[in-house]
Amino acid sequence: MASVVVRDVRKSFGQSEVIHGVSIDIEDGEFVVLVGPSGCGKSTLLRMISGLESITSGELWIGERMVNMAPPKERDIAMVFQNYALYPHMTVFENMAFSMRLRKAPQEETDRRVTEAAAILGLTPLLARFPRQLSGGQRQRVAMGRAIVRDPQVFLFDEPLSNLDAKLRVQMRTEIKALHQRVGGTTIYVTHDQIEAMTMADKIVVMQGGHVEQIGAPLELYDNPRNVFVAGFIGSPAMNFLTGVAKRNGAGMTVVTDHGETVAAPETPGLEDGRPVVMGVRPEHLTLTGDAHGFAAQVVVTEPTGAEVQVSARHGQDEITAVFRERVALKPGETIRLSPDLAHAHLFDAATGLSLRA
Amino acid sequence: MADVPLSPTRSAAAKAGGASAWTRLQTNRNWLGLWFMLPAAGFLILFLAYPLGLGVWLSFTDSRIGRPGEFIGFENYAWLWGDDVFWLSVFNTLLYTTVASVLKFAIGLYLALLLNRHMRFKAIIRAVVLIPFIVPTVLSAVAFWWIFDTQFSIITWMLQGLGLIDHQINWLGDSTMARASVIFANIWRGVPFIAITLLAGLQTVPGSLYEAATIDGATRWQLFRFITYPLLTPIIAVVMTFSVLFTFTDFQLIWVLTRGGPFNATHLMATLSYQRAILGGNLGEGAAIATAMIPFLLAAIMFSWFGLQRRKWQSGGSDD
Ligand SMILES: Nc1ncnc2c1ncn2[C@@H]1O[C@H](COP(=O)(O)OP(=O)(O)O)[C@@H](O)[C@H]1O
Ligand SMILES: [Mg+2]
Repeated sequence: MASVVVRDVRKSFGQSEVIHGVSIDIEDGEFVVLVGPSGCGKSTLLRMISGLESITSGELWIGERMVNMAPPKERDIAMVFQNYALYPHMTVFENMAFSMRLRKAPQEETDRRVTEAAAILGLTPLLARFPRQLSGGQRQRVAMGRAIVRDPQVFLFDEPLSNLDAKLRVQMRTEIKALHQRVGGTTIYVTHDQIEAMTMADKIVVMQGGHVEQIGAPLELYDNPRNVFVAGFIGSPAMNFLTGVAKRNGAGMTVVTDHGETVAAPETPGLEDGRPVVMGVRPEHLTLTGDAHGFAAQVVVTEPTGAEVQVSARHGQDEITAVFRERVALKPGETIRLSPDLAHAHLFDAATGLSLRA
Repeated sequence: MADVPLSPTRSAAAKAGGASAWTRLQTNRNWLGLWFMLPAAGFLILFLAYPLGLGVWLSFTDSRIGRPGEFIGFENYAWLWGDDVFWLSVFNTLLYTTVASVLKFAIGLYLALLLNRHMRFKAIIRAVVLIPFIVPTVLSAVAFWWIFDTQFSIITWMLQGLGLIDHQINWLGDSTMARASVIFANIWRGVPFIAITLLAGLQTVPGSLYEAATIDGATRWQLFRFITYPLLTPIIAVVMTFSVLFTFTDFQLIWVLTRGGPFNATHLMATLSYQRAILGGNLGEGAAIATAMIPFLLAAIMFSWFGLQRRKWQSGGSDD
């Protein structure tokens, strides 16, 4: 087990820089998820940590050692690939034993480790099969087994679940998490799926365009997003954004939306009138209201799921999603009034996208 | 078809009354399949089976050109059994095939591995490698004839220019040199086919396997030994079978370069057969020599057939 420190790491392919100075501290045994939209550089960063990709500048520490120049085999890491990368000509046993074989480990030790890993993953009956004879979920498990047998300092996962169907994905998510709790080990897990990130991570690193947007525990990111991007990326359904300008109205803070309505906003000291802002409210923090509080919105669709009702509506140009626990009956086209829970609303600077919370 | 009781074709056939061959042909898939196969089968019989049969038959006769022979049993074979030149040609053929195939494989694989790496001018280099394969055999043989000419050999000229030798080399006149020369020419010609085919095979190996193995701790040699080579074996088996067959039956190159000389040192079974049957007029004897090649070729094919059987890891689900 080891900590991992990424310090101002950059990566260029030829002339174009794709990772622009990323710094992350990962503690021993932590489960860290790198999340961000496709193409933001998650895989590149992970591959730099694995040693498959060279580091253009910056420092990478695994444990006590700076490993910028070390080849992959000296970094003591194991990686699970998106397409699993199982060796097609080897049985499940041979796949899992391959690293031991290369290391010329004693046969008894190899057998013991593979049998152990297979037992953990429920692969024991499949040890003699070839990868082609396995289902997607089983292959996924073999790929993880191969990593476990290595007993590495750091586990790296690159979108390991994205080739599985939705149901299996949820199941494997739980399994990987349980596995981490059982086997331990510092884990860096890449995904573009924020739900995976929220459910699995001890710590989430939100990336965009080769930058780190924010690092924090899942609920910390959820409750205190540093900017509009993180606010919109984390959470499902996504946070609603009302664009407008700030206006101090007597004692209270308000936002005059582009649609011309004055909506109460969270108190933000030092915010001058007329500053373009974006107000962010999560769907579950909107309530239906009869009076003049809040803002008007036109219902587009309602989707009852049984436990709750999800309502999509429009306020001018802004699309609004609200989730109600009570069973409201709303018709498309109907005008409703929605009131944000100010304790959970956010104000962002429209120009920089940064949160205006003190 | 018969287990689909309500299929329209079947009821149509039933209406037509008794199943005449024609209606069966129209309605039954198996019969239709046979029908479609006929032209191909016809071609195979006409152009493969017939000449082969005729050749084998001739080897049991004393036919000469212009005179149909009579059946003489194994007399041709008995005669060949005691013929030193025939045995020399068998030895030459085996030597030629073995040495050339092994070297072609080694060089071809090396080139393929080289070409599979990222490098500048990759497309051009690949095209250059293919050139020997594109040039007609006879043309390249004539070129080699010049290269190996005693007086005008460019190799001799260069070696002399470098001051390494001060005499002429009798490339095709000395038994050992002649054998080496024809083998060299055959290798030059055969390598591109092997290199390009193996290159195609290499390109089907997913890059992530190499990455996974690298992380598992494999060295470059281990990557080749445990990933590349095993995944390449099916294609190696195919390409080497073809290579062995072509080399074993080679004729053009030898005929242009040496005509089997000097002192039959480069006579292959194919050239000896041609010499005896067409030039010497002894069709029966030539056919017997050619027929004697069949067991060797069959052995090569059997060998690769067993090697080619789908390996266990290739069978099973078809998705990735
Ligand atoms: N080998 C490469 N050569 C050039 N550009 C690359 C290479 N690999 C990745 N990139 C670029 O780097 C960026 C980040 O890619 P990647 O790390 O794969 O994104 P992600 O995994 O977050 O989807 C992309 O713009 C991609 O085009
Ligand atoms: Mg990726």
